[in-house]
Amino acid sequence: MAKEHPILETQDLTIRFGGHVAVDGVSASFERGSLTAIVGPNGAGKTTYFNLISGQLSATSGAVLLNGEAITRMSVPERTDRGIGRAFQLTNLFPTLSVRENVRLVAQAKARKGFDLFSVAESHVELLERADHVLAEVRLIDKAEQTVAALPHGDQRKLEVALLIALGSQVLMFDEPTAGMSVDEVPVILDLIRKLKSDMDRTILLVEHKMDVIRSLADRIIVLHNGALVADGEPADVIALPVVQEAYLGKVPEPSETAEAPEVA
Amino acid sequence: MLTRLLSGDTPRSGLLTALLLIVLISLAFAPFLFPGIRSLETAARICIFIVLVASYDLLLGYAGIVSFAHTMFFGIGAYGTALALSTTGPGYGALIWGTAAGAVVAAVFALAIGLFSLRVKAIFFAMVMLAVASAFAVFVSQMSWLTGGEDGLNYKIPRELTPAFKLIDEKILGVRVNGKLLAYYLVFFVSAILFLVMLRIVNSPFGRTLKAVRDNAFRAEAIGYRVVWYRTTATILSAVMAALAGSLLAIWLRYTGPATTLSMEIMIDILLMVVIGGMGTLYGAVLGATLFILAQTYLQTLMGVAADATSAVPLFSTLVAPERWLLWLGVLFILSVYFFPSGIVGRLRAGRA
Ligand SMILES: Nc1ncnc2c1ncn2[C@@H]1O[C@H](COP(=O)(O)OP(=O)(O)OP(=O)(O)O)[C@@H](O)[C@H]1O
Ligand SMILES: [Mg+2]
Repeated sequence: MAKEHPILETQDLTIRFGGHVAVDGVSASFERGSLTAIVGPNGAGKTTYFNLISGQLSATSGAVLLNGEAITRMSVPERTDRGIGRAFQLTNLFPTLSVRENVRLVAQAKARKGFDLFSVAESHVELLERADHVLAEVRLIDKAEQTVAALPHGDQRKLEVALLIALGSQVLMFDEPTAGMSVDEVPVILDLIRKLKSDMDRTILLVEHKMDVIRSLADRIIVLHNGALVADGEPADVIALPVVQEAYLGKVPEPSETAEAPEVA
Repeated sequence: MLTRLLSGDTPRSGLLTALLLIVLISLAFAPFLFPGIRSLETAARICIFIVLVASYDLLLGYAGIVSFAHTMFFGIGAYGTALALSTTGPGYGALIWGTAAGAVVAAVFALAIGLFSLRVKAIFFAMVMLAVASAFAVFVSQMSWLTGGEDGLNYKIPRELTPAFKLIDEKILGVRVNGKLLAYYLVFFVSAILFLVMLRIVNSPFGRTLKAVRDNAFRAEAIGYRVVWYRTTATILSAVMAALAGSLLAIWLRYTGPATTLSMEIMIDILLMVVIGGMGTLYGAVLGATLFILAQTYLQTLMGVAADATSAVPLFSTLVAPERWLLWLGVLFILSVYFFPSGIVGRLRAGRA
């Protein structure tokens, strides 16, 4: 039964782009209600690992299991339906629609009302309320009417997180959620992520560079390097490892770093 | 009540509301306001093209799918009705099943095309559709034993819809109450209903999802929407609406041929009407179709008048000679796209404080 299985597991997960192995035989399993930080230098394969789990890329070999069931060959929306949610490192929204509509669309997808052709969308009050609730949580409610394309970058990042919160999947994957956000907004978002884990019992995978964030949030750290899993364990232990000190901490000198950090060979 | 009828999608601009009301009233009372056979023809054409252009906008403006095969679906509807009427005679049964058959065939075609090609890149889809539409037009003109080839089909429609039928002897407001008037109101009311149905569809959860798919299909998938199904369904709905518009044309003209339904010129006209009116808003279809067809019909006459009046001014009168109407239509189009890149409706809505 489902009890024996971890909620999410990857077995020997591998993807090759021509000769380049971007994710190289990564095996890991994730328990319900855990928060795992995934770290590694630029190009280590963190985003690619996420893409393999949520289905934007298909594995060359290996498997992804959700509740013990292989989802490796399923399409992206199928995996989403089954409980995998994903936010993106590069903001990936519906630019010509309003902030509220972006979140409402997620609530609508979750309620499986997308194929309702004959009711008026605005008459589904519960979806609008759900959208406004999430927008209030991420402190974007004042900008609910604005068109997304006109939002400042930091607000777009918040909306990116809001979409995933609205989706509220069993497994939630955040790819550098706070990069590009202003300093006073970061704790708000981190607090929401923490709450998803503790109050909602969600399983969270978090790609994050800021060590202080990782220390305060993560139950566990996985280190990827050149696509391979090189360390996996309790935060304190992993941070102390020489391979992490060298491969990872060499990369993040300042706390205010953004996505455009220099490539690490 | 009115808001419900419009599915909550009100014009949201005073001037736009006024323009739409003018169009609505003019079309609703066209036989009385603009007597004469030519103006009635124009009014019916406007009604039908509003539906056709709106159905194209459903695809282009809402779902973001570029297709050059819309006239194929328009033609399928028209030929469905035309073939039923010409083979089994002028009965209502034939009229209804011909129309239904046209709509079903259009839906099946759209389903097949959708499933096969909406998975590929947009540019390939557009080219595949263009090829399919051209092949269909050739096919129709070759199958002359069935379709009448290039000459098309002439047929009878139920007598109650023809000028020969008199409902009452007296005239109302100087207008004969005959079958032609009934046919006009059939076209008018069916068009109005189809338009309202489309307005509902684009404002439904489904319609909202189409906009999401148009904006960012990649993200739409990641939040759980199966993009291919949405695109395919949009293609089917759009095809069925176009087919029904085609059936209306077939009933109105009592003639169906490649030139009235399948030609590339009509496809281009539809594109221009959508762009002039404003993509992604069905009200744009109303204004785009109305203005374009009025220009198409009356620009030549108007220029004739202008050329006569200015015959003393040599260069100017040559410029406005009636033969040059197409040139001026082109100029009008370029100006409208230049000044209203988001179409008339986009411009009017943006202008509101
Ligand atoms: N679709 C693709 N085709 C070819 N190569 C790819 C593709 N996606 C990723 N890669 C390569 O795989 C490697 C891993 O990239 P990935 O984006 O997963 O790194 P990352 O750990 O997320 O880095 P960052 O910290 O910069 O976000 C890189 O060398 C990248 O160039
Ligand atoms: Mg990355």
